[in-house]
Amino acid sequence: MAIRRILIANRGEIAARIIRTCRALHIETVLAVSEADRDSVPAALADRTVCIGPARASESYLNPAIIVQAALGTQADAVHPGYGFLSERPALAQLCEARGLVFIGPTAAQLEAVSDKVRARGEAQRAGIPVAAGATVAALDEAMAAAREIGTPLLVKAVGGGGGRGMKRVDRLEALPAAMELAAAEAQAGFGDPRVFLERFIPRARHVEVQVFGDGTGGVVHMGERDCSVQRRYQKLLEESPAPGLSEDCRRSLHEAAVRFCNRLSYRGAGTVEFLVDQQRDEFFFLEMNARIQVEHPVTEAVTGLDLIAEQIAIASGAGLSFAQSDIRFKGHAMECRVNAEDSANDFAPSPGLARTAIWPSGEGIRVDTHITSGSRVPPFYDSLLGKVIAHGPDRKTALQRLRAAIAAVRIVGVQTNLSFHSMLLADPEFQAGGVDTGYVERLLERRQNFAEVRRG
Amino acid sequence: MSLTAADVAEILRLVEGSSFDEFSLELDGLKLNFKRTADGLASSEPPAGAASPPTPIAPPIAAPTAAPLDAPAAVAAADPNVHSVHSPMLGTFYRAPKPGEPPYVAVGDVVEKDTIVGIIEVMKLMNTVRAEVGGTVAQILVADGAFVEYGEVLLRIVKPD
Repeated sequence: MAIRRILIANRGEIAARIIRTCRALHIETVLAVSEADRDSVPAALADRTVCIGPARASESYLNPAIIVQAALGTQADAVHPGYGFLSERPALAQLCEARGLVFIGPTAAQLEAVSDKVRARGEAQRAGIPVAAGATVAALDEAMAAAREIGTPLLVKAVGGGGGRGMKRVDRLEALPAAMELAAAEAQAGFGDPRVFLERFIPRARHVEVQVFGDGTGGVVHMGERDCSVQRRYQKLLEESPAPGLSEDCRRSLHEAAVRFCNRLSYRGAGTVEFLVDQQRDEFFFLEMNARIQVEHPVTEAVTGLDLIAEQIAIASGAGLSFAQSDIRFKGHAMECRVNAEDSANDFAPSPGLARTAIWPSGEGIRVDTHITSGSRVPPFYDSLLGKVIAHGPDRKTALQRLRAAIAAVRIVGVQTNLSFHSMLLADPEFQAGGVDTGYVERLLERRQNFAEVRRG
Repeated sequence: MSLTAADVAEILRLVEGSSFDEFSLELDGLKLNFKRTADGLASSEPPAGAASPPTPIAPPIAAPTAAPLDAPAAVAAADPNVHSVHSPMLGTFYRAPKPGEPPYVAVGDVVEKDTIVGIIEVMKLMNTVRAEVGGTVAQILVADGAFVEYGEVLLRIVKPD
C-alpha cells in the first residue's frame, strides 16, 4: 500500500533525518513528542506533532499502546520507530500489525528471533556462520563447568541485551559468580530478563558490521560493511566504511555470512549483522543482529549513494527492493564522528543543558545530521547524541582530512562535548594507520592521561 | 463555484480552530489566504466553536477538534479560581460511560475533587479522569469521541470563592 502519512515514534537527530526523506517523498509526517521535546528542531520540521506523554521515556516513547493510539488518532498509515526506544520491541510491531498500521521494520516474529541473543546465535550456527565458543547457563555450578571449558577471559552477556549493555568481562574463574550475579541483576533491570550466557572473549578484535536489506520474501542484499571498532565502554564513537586493512577474502566472507543469516529469516527491511573480526587469526564470529536503522547509516549512504530511510519505506509499502546486489556500487571512503553532550575532559560525564550556540561545519564531502541548533535544549532524559559529522572522500586519507577540518570547525557553547576527544583521535597516528581494535580507545585515553601527568609533574 | 460571506466566515472559523498557521484556497477566479498572526496564537488552546471538518479522501493532517459544547461565557484560564483539567494521557476522550448514556458532567454541574468527568481510552483500556478540585463545571473544551493529546485541556472548573 502507498504510505501517505508516517508517525515517527522517536526524537533527536534520527527524527529530523526521517522527516527529511519523507519530505522528499511527499509523505506527511506526524512526530510523537514527549513534553520535553515540544520545542525541539524535529518538532518544528514535522508537519504535525502529537504530545504522547511526560518527559520520562517509559511513559512516552517506550509505551507501545500510546504510540499506536497516536498513529490511529492522527490517521497515519505507518509508524517509523527510528533506533533505540521501541524499534526492536516485538510488542510495537505486533500492535501495528493488529491495528492495520504499517510497521517500518521487520515482522514481530523476526524481531523475536534476533532480540534473544541465544536464539540469534543458534540461527547463525544453523546458517553456517561461526560463533565464539559459548554456553547458555542457568545455574552457577553449570556455569563454572562451562567457563572452564570456554576458558578465560570470557564475557557474561545478557540474553535480552544488546549494544554492550549488561555485559561483564571475567578474567579469572573465581570472579565468575560475582560477575554473573551483577550481569543478571543489570539484565533484569535493563531488559526485564535476567538470563545470561557465556561467550569467549576475543582480545584485540575488531567490530565490523554489515548493512543488509531484505524484501521479506527471501531477497537480501548487502551494502558493504562498517568498521565500528572505535568504542568506549561498548559505545561507538566513530564509524567508517569500508573497514580498513581487511583482506578481500575476509570482507567477502562477512558480506556473504550476513546475507545468508537474513536469507534464512526471510528478513524484511533494514538490518545490521555485527561480527567480531580476529585479525591475528584471520577469523570472524557472529555477534548479534540489529533489526533497525542504525545511528551510523550515513556512512553507508555516503559510499553507496543510497537513501536508506527511503529504502526502508519502499520495502514497508510493499514495493520491495528497487535494485539487485550488482546495482550497488561502492565509491570512496566515509567516516562519521558522533558528537555527544559528554565531557571528554571529565571522564565523558553527561552534560545536558542549553546549547546557547551550535555552529556545524559544511564543505566538500561533509554532511551533518543533527537536531541541535543555537538555543536548543539537551534534555537530561535521553541519550546524549547532539549530531553526527560525516566526511566522504575518494580515499580514506582524504575523508579523514576532511573530517578533521570539519570537527575543528564545530562550535558548541553551553553544554560540554566530546569534540576534543575526536580531535585527538583523528590526529593519532595509530588511528590514522587504520584497523584499530575495540580496546584501542581505552589505551589511547590512558596514553593521554600519562602524557598529561608527565607534563604536569 | 463561488463563496458567500457565510462560507468565508465558516472557513475562517475552521482554520482558527485548527493547528495550522496558514491557509490558502484557490477556486476558479478566487484566491483566499489566511495567516495566523502572533495575536492569534496568544492562547495555546484552540478556541471553541469549530465543528470537526469533514474528512476528504486524502485527509489533511487532522486538527484537534473543538466542538461547540455547552460553552456559555468563556472562562479565563489565567483566573486563579479556574482549574483546568488536563488530559492525563493521549487517547480518545469520552464524556459518557457508554454511547447513548448521559454524560458524566455538563456545564453548570457541581463537582467534587473525586468526581469522574470523563474517560480516556487508549487501545481499549479505559482510564478515568477526575475533577481534581471541587467547584462548578464552567466549560468543556473537547468533544465526545475526540482524539486528545497528553496535557490537552479537557474542561475548566470554577472553584468556589
